[in-house]
Amino acid sequence: MAGERADRRPTRWHIAVFLAPAVLIYTAVMIIPLFGTLQLSLFSTVDNRQIFVGLKNFATLFGDERWADSFWNALWNNTWFFIVHMVVQNPIGVLLAALLSHPRLRFSAFYRTAIFVPTILSFVIVGFTWKLILSPLWGVAPELLDMIGLKHLFTPWLGKEDYALTTLGLISVWQFVGIPMMLIYAALLSIPEEILEAAECDGITGFSQFWKIQLPLILPAIGIISILTFVGNFNAFDLIYSAQGALAGPNYATDILGTFLYRTFFGFQLQIGDPNMGATIASIMFFIILAGVCLYLFAIQTRLRRYQF
Amino acid sequence: MTRKTLTAFLLGTSIFGLAGQAQAQDTTLTIESWRNDDLAIWQEKLIPAFEAKNPGIKVVFSPSAPTEYNAALNAKLDAGSAGDLITCRPFDASLELYDKGLLADLAGLAGMENFTDVAKSAWSTDDGAATFCVPMASVIHGFIYNKDAFAEVGVEVPKTEGEFFAALDKLKQDGTYIPMAMGTKDLWEAATMGYQNIGPSYWKGEEGRLALIKGEQKLTDPQWVEPFAALAKWKDYLGDGFEAQSYPDSQNLFTLGRAAIYPAGSWEISLFNTQADFEMGAFAPPVKAAGDTCYISDHNDIAIGLNANSPNADAAKTFLSWVASPEFATIYANALPGFFSLSSTPVEMEDALAQEFVSWRENCESTIRSTYQILSRGTPNLENETWVKSANVINGTETPEAAAAELQKGLASWYDPQK
Repeated sequence: MAGERADRRPTRWHIAVFLAPAVLIYTAVMIIPLFGTLQLSLFSTVDNRQIFVGLKNFATLFGDERWADSFWNALWNNTWFFIVHMVVQNPIGVLLAALLSHPRLRFSAFYRTAIFVPTILSFVIVGFTWKLILSPLWGVAPELLDMIGLKHLFTPWLGKEDYALTTLGLISVWQFVGIPMMLIYAALLSIPEEILEAAECDGITGFSQFWKIQLPLILPAIGIISILTFVGNFNAFDLIYSAQGALAGPNYATDILGTFLYRTFFGFQLQIGDPNMGATIASIMFFIILAGVCLYLFAIQTRLRRYQF
Repeated sequence: MTRKTLTAFLLGTSIFGLAGQAQAQDTTLTIESWRNDDLAIWQEKLIPAFEAKNPGIKVVFSPSAPTEYNAALNAKLDAGSAGDLITCRPFDASLELYDKGLLADLAGLAGMENFTDVAKSAWSTDDGAATFCVPMASVIHGFIYNKDAFAEVGVEVPKTEGEFFAALDKLKQDGTYIPMAMGTKDLWEAATMGYQNIGPSYWKGEEGRLALIKGEQKLTDPQWVEPFAALAKWKDYLGDGFEAQSYPDSQNLFTLGRAAIYPAGSWEISLFNTQADFEMGAFAPPVKAAGDTCYISDHNDIAIGLNANSPNADAAKTFLSWVASPEFATIYANALPGFFSLSSTPVEMEDALAQEFVSWRENCESTIRSTYQILSRGTPNLENETWVKSANVINGTETPEAAAAELQKGLASWYDPQK
């Protein structure tokens, strides 16, 4: 009986039809190029022809002293860029969200919008605006510091090896702090009033209420933000390119994987592009991000406790 | 975000592309170029002059940003969407395009006889058998100075290195002007306006450049390290925060009259003429001792070639023959003082500053930038590394010897004659 009924059940075409657009588009613009890149990294151009070389490009990237130096420099810079975001952007995002969700805060809609606006600006605008603000010649930064008597603290940050990358990290934080703020703000709003009231009955108020009740409840949101930050940072390119150029000066101090990939793949000035080595770097970036995301999914997300209200 | 921009861009170009097709009755030639500064000159002077003589051919000048040009052009050529006429970078960037069959051989083109082999060297194969771009112009390096500032502070135009630094010291002591307008933020200024500007006097122009290519000299030899040592001294004469000063910043600093000396390429002349309201002069890179032969970098900079896959090859060749004619040379050299014609026919120029630059050709030895021919074929790329190292040396983060040693090591890693 049961088998017969299953046989008679019509093919559910609508599932395939509804899935098709997303699957097709995603396959065309993401999956095929991704495998194309992986494939390209296994080839090398000899006499204008593509020759299969196996893992030789990867061996060059890690084995050749110069390639390896550039790669590890870019990877470390990228990691530092990520650390700056994790240490500065996300705590500030949580703090801002906590302040915004405070019931007695006035003009919270205004603050929320103002803090979120930079996120929708183009990287190019952000890069050039900050370049101008920090310019030692025409920037407002030296004058503002002068006004409060701290002129001696001013240095041409974007031109110094020691500061340039951190400065760019902070510029990026300024631009994107709105995103963790919004996500955490939404998570905080979804915590039912009753729980907080119950906590108050138990004598947990103020900061310890945030620490003991709200923070554990928004941990999944913080996890998602961390992984978004990770993926975003290891794919970053635009800000560095618009502020420092493709050579990511001074002395490659701001070179991250994205700019390294760009220079290698497309070439720069007299350097002719090398799509195969570029694809090799892109593949490594993909593996790094894949490893990071897997680590999060399997090691962290499964251990996060979720609460249903 | 970027993907959305790209989609919008693709949509936009396809719409414009359709609009373009709908209008085109005549043959339309598109020129790819990195000289977006020249847009007005092409649209107002060069293209009308050509179209008046060649009815039925329309020309569109379509430039992109200089630093993106090579990458953008390569991508367009690979995709088959590049214009009919390709503005050629000198040496390997264009040679690579020719070797890939993307640029056509122009050896038989009418008008090519107007150029010497030296003029064509930057756009010919290593054996000189094929030439694939029509040479347009070269640029000369030197220093542009603010005549008013020199008169006010009482500085004489320097001829030797000693006089040069004495002048800078005097300007610095006076304090009214920043002695020299240059920044290291964009890196290439340090290499192009610094190292390649003063360098030929030390390595004796062509002699040193060719010896380096043959492997007879090394970048660690004194004549190649000394220019770095001289650059290291520039640090004290640049403006506050020069480490974060970009190329446009330097240009503005000079044209606003706040700096006295600008290490220049002659391509600055037309912009400076329109922006600066003080009188300008120019002096050649200083020699070591009075009476030494002077050397200048007279670098083949720009040419124009034919996209091998262009559907309008005949019209494009007509245009290229016109580019090779003395008529084009005269319009171009006068519209863009500072881009000196490579044509064998002498070209009359009206601009005083341009005349000053070109006058050095008479008593100085000319050379081209040392890193451009052959030596930038490998990875690491010598030209790009020279940018980084020159900036390091001026910033004081690396000694001249260490910078030279690194460059030599990089070059020797792939260039056999230097091993």
